[in-house]
Amino acid sequence: MELLMAIVIGILFMAAVYLILSRSLLKIILGTGLLSHGAHLLILTMGGLGGTSPPVLADGVTDYADPLPQALILTAIVISFGVTAFILVLAYRTYAEHKTDDMNLMRGDDEHD
Amino acid sequence: MGFVLLIFLPIVAALFIPLLFKYLKGIHTGWFVLFVPIALFIYYAGFITTTMDGGHKVSELQWIPSLGISFVSYIDGLSLLFTLLITGIGALVVLYSIFYLDKDREKLNNFYIYLLIFMSAMLGVVQSDNVISLYLFWELTSISSFLLIGYWNTRDRSRFGALKSMMITVFGGLMMLGGFVLLGIMGDSFSIRELIANSSSFIGHEFFTLALILVLLGAFTKSAQFPFYIWLPDAMEAPTPVSAYLHSATMVKAGLYLVARFTPIFAVSEVWIWLVTGIGLLTLFWGSLFAVKQTDLKAILAFSTVSQLGLIMSLLGASAVAYHSDDAIFKFAAFAAIFHLINHATFKGSLFMIAGIIDHETGTRDIRKLGGLMSIMPVSFTVAFIGSMSMAGLPPFNGFLSKEMFFQSMLALRNFELFNFATWGILFPVIAWVASVFTFIYSFYFVFKTFTGRNKVDKLPKKPHEAPVGMLVAPVILATLVVGIFFIPNLVGKWLVKPAVMAIQPGLYSHPSEVDVHVAAWHDFASPELWMTIALVGLGVVLYLTMTKWRKLYDIQPHYLSLNVLYDSMMMLSENGMNRLSRFYMTGLIRTYLMYMFAFIASITTATLFLKNAFIVDMDSFTAVSVYGIMTAIILVAAVVMVILAKTRLAAIIALGAVGYSVSLFFVIFKAPDLALTQLVIETVSVALFLLAFQRLPALKTHGETKRNRLGNAIIAAAVGITVTLVALSAHSQKMIPSISQYYKDTVATEAGGGNIVNVILVDYRGFDTLFEIAVLAVAGIGVLAMIRLQLARKEAKDENK
Amino acid sequence: MKTNDVILQTTTKVVFFIIFLFSIHIFFAGHYSPGGGFVGGLLTTGAIVLLLLAFDLKTVQKALPFNFTIMTGIGLLLALGTASGSIFFDVPFFTHAFSHFNLPLFGETSLHTAMIFDAGVYLVVVGAAITMIQTIGGDT
Repeated sequence: MELLMAIVIGILFMAAVYLILSRSLLKIILGTGLLSHGAHLLILTMGGLGGTSPPVLADGVTDYADPLPQALILTAIVISFGVTAFILVLAYRTYAEHKTDDMNLMRGDDEHD
Repeated sequence: MGFVLLIFLPIVAALFIPLLFKYLKGIHTGWFVLFVPIALFIYYAGFITTTMDGGHKVSELQWIPSLGISFVSYIDGLSLLFTLLITGIGALVVLYSIFYLDKDREKLNNFYIYLLIFMSAMLGVVQSDNVISLYLFWELTSISSFLLIGYWNTRDRSRFGALKSMMITVFGGLMMLGGFVLLGIMGDSFSIRELIANSSSFIGHEFFTLALILVLLGAFTKSAQFPFYIWLPDAMEAPTPVSAYLHSATMVKAGLYLVARFTPIFAVSEVWIWLVTGIGLLTLFWGSLFAVKQTDLKAILAFSTVSQLGLIMSLLGASAVAYHSDDAIFKFAAFAAIFHLINHATFKGSLFMIAGIIDHETGTRDIRKLGGLMSIMPVSFTVAFIGSMSMAGLPPFNGFLSKEMFFQSMLALRNFELFNFATWGILFPVIAWVASVFTFIYSFYFVFKTFTGRNKVDKLPKKPHEAPVGMLVAPVILATLVVGIFFIPNLVGKWLVKPAVMAIQPGLYSHPSEVDVHVAAWHDFASPELWMTIALVGLGVVLYLTMTKWRKLYDIQPHYLSLNVLYDSMMMLSENGMNRLSRFYMTGLIRTYLMYMFAFIASITTATLFLKNAFIVDMDSFTAVSVYGIMTAIILVAAVVMVILAKTRLAAIIALGAVGYSVSLFFVIFKAPDLALTQLVIETVSVALFLLAFQRLPALKTHGETKRNRLGNAIIAAAVGITVTLVALSAHSQKMIPSISQYYKDTVATEAGGGNIVNVILVDYRGFDTLFEIAVLAVAGIGVLAMIRLQLARKEAKDENK
Repeated sequence: MKTNDVILQTTTKVVFFIIFLFSIHIFFAGHYSPGGGFVGGLLTTGAIVLLLLAFDLKTVQKALPFNFTIMTGIGLLLALGTASGSIFFDVPFFTHAFSHFNLPLFGETSLHTAMIFDAGVYLVVVGAAITMIQTIGGDT
């Protein structure tokens, strides 16, 4: 299962980087969304996918899934929601101000260092 | 704690300057500053009795003991002489500046802070026994000099001059640091005294000559020797008190100090003697030659300073010969060097102050516009006359004495037999004599073109009158010294010069009184130096009177063949080169920067993985593949592909949602109910968010990305993806330390009283994370609010304007 | 564009309360079974988003007259207050306390300071998320 997950994570990162490198603002946002999904799964996979029962105490169960990566991911999910919302607004405000979403046209110049 | 702390006294005093400047507006800040050099001068003067006996005092303050770096104040004859110059001239210059700088118009706080920093730095240079702290202070003098030259920072010339001096002296300083490090390697110590003690073992060491040249580069750049002197004329943009203090009396002499201090180490080398003497003499000649060409009073003085520094340098070179020859005259050279150093400080300081007074009172320093000021400014004229005549080397002024000794030393070099001096030695007295002729000419030129001749008062920018008394005090004191030293040269020699000579040639004496020099103004008719002087005066007077005729010869030198042009073009070249280089990779496109980052992440991580043999996959630890897992993975990958290929915004958003939902399915499969729940809800809310913003989002366009672009992106993306896969696998297969998870599992019920371990970690074990995380969330919320509301507010404001 | 949303609106009125009550339940259950402040907060957000979709922004604002930005602030203060409260009992920052009580009606119940902290989290999540959605939705 880990091998499969590693490949899935690789594909997620690949797609994310590809989108982030593109010139369209919206694609960059989509890319960051995929990147956070990839990162969440990466943390989970690195911790190990073993465990037959969720990390909630129950009588007679000893083989819990690893709770630490789960706690870290939970935090990360909520943060990535906040970040996505933020850059979404940032993007469409930029679009409204500059009338373009072409990253090549939004380059810095000497006057706006 | 000993007197080493006194080095820092001026810097500490500088801390109070802003307060004094701000709250005691009525009193010129300089009056407070004046206390510092006076107090230090009086304190340090007390050391004379020690050094007169050939003794020294040491005070140490540890800085980085593990590296052998400390602040050591080592006071012997040489450092004491410089210390007294720094504090003595410093006091006079501060006094002068009080009248020179207007307290209502100038930024006095800046000026005095820089000046005090300089004072500390300079004291540090001449007292440090540790070469590393010496270097530190050395660069601090460059920096404070930079700040002082650029004091009138609204003027282009000031900034240019400041930068130029900084570039050249800091370059030299860095070279010198290299030399110090090499010395440290050879002698296994950073202490100058220990280095001198071990110096006999350096001879023949592979680093010896290199260290010698590097140290000399530091000294030559600082002391404005050929060809590095070009910064000094441009440094004249500084306020005149600064020119008098830094650029004639003290800072530029730091290089001389360095040469004198390191003579015991390097004197054995032929290279040292040739370089120090040769460059010194060349500088003497060059400086005096070009001083005559100048028309700005301060520029004349700047070139004359360059030339005089060369003179002292060549004497120091000659004094190194004493290590090879028994001829007493070379011991004499060291005396002459130190003696002239004192004399130069007195007469050049006074001349600079007079130049400042003329500038201040008439509004111009252009010698072509000046003339006939003698009757209007009699006191200034007297001082200028005394200073100039001393500079020209005429009796009864101190410059005469040291110039005679200079001639004697140069004549003696003729007879020195080692190192090819027998062949070339005759050049030394000849060049020295020619240079002295020019020195004579520019001295006359300076004083008589300004104060005598036709009265041009009407054309001056200001109506001139004699300077206020306070301004004249300092130059008059210096002029008095100029005359005074002529009559008591041997007393000065006993108190100051001989102890310093002992520091330059320590192996040769055990007590300063053994320096067997008696200065006399009159030798006898047969002495060659007397005839040299007489011939010099004769030729000098003739040339001065015919100056207008032959000065045109200077125009022969084409403009493009000067060192300044070389410097300018070097600066231009490096500036353009750097600009082009940075423009080459700084495209201003975020995409380019991201590509660098991703490419580096991928290459560095993979390289480390394989170089460190960190890529280990432990197949046995893998869990069994489940059917649900495979199915979810297929759905997820399909959704990812859809995101990339989507032609419309809506399709892309929905596909992204699908990716999120399949991720939450994975969470279910991997027994993470909290995550699954959170992910599900978040995905729903996110999609709603996207749809709310849908109208305002730009359409999905490729913006004409070429295939090549996309291929590049795809390659980097693939590299990153593969890297992450490899990292995921090897990170899973090897754990450096056991996970803390077991602790959580064991204690969750007893310590935290909970059952859901994930939630307990969030709110209890790792509560800090959560606290900051909700803070981030709140910030993001406020950020969104701000971005939209602020824009609304602006829109409304615009509407009102209509 | 005027569409007929009667079914959606009617269902929403019921479903909103179901989701809301469920979110409250999940929030309280968080310490022992899956759930907690984050999930609870997000579920509440989801319920409000549903309201927004069925009705319009103004109606929702009238029905739920809270200032969500201030709610975020209250949540942060609550969380920080719980964390720093431990200082006054001479234990390190962020030390939680819990105890079991025998309350009438509920029976054996354990009460946690961690629950107050979680309530802060809940408020911040709801406040921040709704702030974002309202401002984005309200931006014309």
